[in-house]
Amino acid sequence: MTVKILYFASLKEALGCTEESFVLPSGVSTVGELRSFLADRGEKWKALGEGRNVRAARNQRMAAPADPVLPGDEIAFFPPVTGG
Amino acid sequence: MTVSVQAEDFDVAAEIAALSAGRNEVGAVATFLGLVRDVSGGSNVAAMTLEHYPGMTEKSLGEIVEQACSRWSLYGVRVIHRFGRLEPGDRIVFVGVAGAHRGEAFAACEFIMDYLKTRAPFWKLEETPEGACWVDARDSDDSAAARWEQGSR
Repeated sequence: MTVKILYFASLKEALGCTEESFVLPSGVSTVGELRSFLADRGEKWKALGEGRNVRAARNQRMAAPADPVLPGDEIAFFPPVTGG
Repeated sequence: MTVSVQAEDFDVAAEIAALSAGRNEVGAVATFLGLVRDVSGGSNVAAMTLEHYPGMTEKSLGEIVEQACSRWSLYGVRVIHRFGRLEPGDRIVFVGVAGAHRGEAFAACEFIMDYLKTRAPFWKLEETPEGACWVDARDSDDSAAARWEQGSR
């Protein structure tokens, strides 16, 4: 029941975390629920909280909060992209 | 190869030539070249570092090219996006589109850039006299991408 979570850019710096292996707790089955759970882990994790401009990807595709999270998934959180 | 994500610079003339090499049905090649500017939001920029999401970057650029190819009849597409540390004047991104006529070449080139700006996972960190600063996404980029969804163009 483990997922890989990646963080990028300013969010990575705010959290001091690039990547983690995360055991899905019961009650966390969507990208939005995962984000809320992570945001409640402590002060610096509020960078993932509601109202913060954070985007998510599931298995390297842009994801919406309602998208499911399944064991083995690669989930990423990051600020809006600024390439080009 | 259609899409490249690389640290190295690229040869614009060679890329343009390759889009029509041996293909006499090509009547138009439209290109976009993005460069690092020395100023951003009123601050001087000494350099910038482009971070990306290896794997997703290539995938998302490939999907954007696929969408362009399904919207317009194109003979060739080339997208190159660099990452790593770049200085003012350096090339960041190249989009080249080959078609029969200028209409689809211009439109597809602009479509690819508009989608790339909002969907490809790149982030710019600028070095300014005030310190390193992550570039904020602009609402105007979202609206530029959104207009393609309304079928107005």
